[in-house]
Amino acid sequence: MLAMNYRGTRRIRLDHDKPIPEIEHPQDAIIKVTRSCICGSDLHLYNGNVPDTRIGSTFGHEFVGIVEEIGTDVQNIKVGDQVIVPFNIACGQCVFCEQELYASCHESNPQSTALGGIFGYSHIAGGHEGGQAEYVRVPYANVGPMVIPDNLDLDDAVLLTDIVPTGYQAAEMGGIQKGDTVVVFGAGPVGIMAAKCSWLFGAGRVIVIDQEEYRLDFVQKYADCEVYNFNSLEDPVKFIKQTTDWLGADVCIDAVGAEAAGDALQTITGRKLLLQAGSATALQWAINGVKKGGIVSVVGVYGPTGNLVPIGNVVNKGITVRAGQASVKRLLPKLIEHVQKGVLNPKELITHRIPLEEVADGYRIFSEKLDHVIKPVLIPPSA
Amino acid sequence: MKNKSNKDYSHIKGWAIDADPKNDPVYPMKNRTNGEHKGYNWKRPKQQAVDREVLHSNERPNVSAVFGLAPEPSGLSGMIRRFAFKYSENEHTHWLSLLFADRVNELEGLVDDIKKGQFPNIIAEKGWGAQWKHDRKTMIKKITVGTAIVAGIAIMLSGKRNKYF
Repeated sequence: MLAMNYRGTRRIRLDHDKPIPEIEHPQDAIIKVTRSCICGSDLHLYNGNVPDTRIGSTFGHEFVGIVEEIGTDVQNIKVGDQVIVPFNIACGQCVFCEQELYASCHESNPQSTALGGIFGYSHIAGGHEGGQAEYVRVPYANVGPMVIPDNLDLDDAVLLTDIVPTGYQAAEMGGIQKGDTVVVFGAGPVGIMAAKCSWLFGAGRVIVIDQEEYRLDFVQKYADCEVYNFNSLEDPVKFIKQTTDWLGADVCIDAVGAEAAGDALQTITGRKLLLQAGSATALQWAINGVKKGGIVSVVGVYGPTGNLVPIGNVVNKGITVRAGQASVKRLLPKLIEHVQKGVLNPKELITHRIPLEEVADGYRIFSEKLDHVIKPVLIPPSA
Repeated sequence: MKNKSNKDYSHIKGWAIDADPKNDPVYPMKNRTNGEHKGYNWKRPKQQAVDREVLHSNERPNVSAVFGLAPEPSGLSGMIRRFAFKYSENEHTHWLSLLFADRVNELEGLVDDIKKGQFPNIIAEKGWGAQWKHDRKTMIKKITVGTAIVAGIAIMLSGKRNKYF
């Protein structure tokens, strides 16, 4: 089959003869992929920043497809079903899944106890092959995959596997109360969804900060929010204080993670010298920009080692920091309903449809933010 | 020393008098059951056959019930990965060794390709075609700077060599 093949830092090619995956466990399903996305967090892998990313791996944790084959214990889906596959691989039985912490499943990732299994996200997330391929093996098929309702567009469905729930959970974790001022750092797909979803919780003001003008233009129209380019601000934190009557935002959301720009020390130590687990600029600004007693919600992805963050200010200001990988299965029913009712229109974020055969170009376009890309979708030729 | 578990708090004066389930900062992420207080005692899913080398964190007692089939550890990078997994996720040695193994693995990948007679098409693999199509200016700048650096180093090295010969 055709599959994306990681060859090293910023090097990718298409395999033409990767073996089609087989059933390895009674709860497995084999899915024929019809859409897969490149996610901002895939860029951490692409840039070689995630430990234990092995040559020959296939990335991709955002995909939908058709059930091709099922294991003997699978009852909840059948061959031929079109399914949304959450990016979390969750057993549904462990104590964490029981509590709906599906991103923390303890039975899907032997390599790291900090997180559950994730498709196509290195051995740090269980060594599962990803969906940037024609076929993918999906463990625990009774738990994760959900049949796509007839009236749900495939393009909407594929974005419900990660960025919609992640953006929604970012706002949810912010504990937004009616009238709150919410500042979202990052106008990538997740930041855009976080801004959009902040209104659903009753925000009174939503501000997005980024440095890409075309993305700021997009989110301003899409999420009806205020936007600011941090390159045109003397100091983003000072600006937040000024614009909130010198008190700070009620809620700050870090939707950037390890690839953040905007602070020379963070960039050099985090992205160039790899002395910390990525550049924590957005998190630094979030902590310093939120009001005393405010809430910082973190969905940006960081590496497992450590980062320079002003933890002293977390203590001094009495901030609550809430963070987590989205628990997609928990949120899917509600979010599907929001999409069906037109409250959310995720497919408007898709700017590029790229044949799977051109996956290397797709990564380059997304990582360099070429051609005003917001969200690229890969389409296998067999789809 | 092994800690004894203390399940009876009744003798502790004032225990939980102010407990308020609504004061739960993890809500609604967690549908709290406190099942973890019973320890690792859930009914585990069937175990996927461990018929290949699966490294597992030493912060857990076993291999998870399912695991992925992305490439097994192999070669020198595999040896480094095995070394890394002797250390817990808390240790920098664990993560830095894995990052080092990744870089070694990149070189192994190149050697494997060449052994198979498949010379990597670096231009295509790096997506430089897309960069050329959409942002020619930056690419020309990068090529110019790269060429100047390589030429500068070459001139410096040849200058040094001339001093000695």
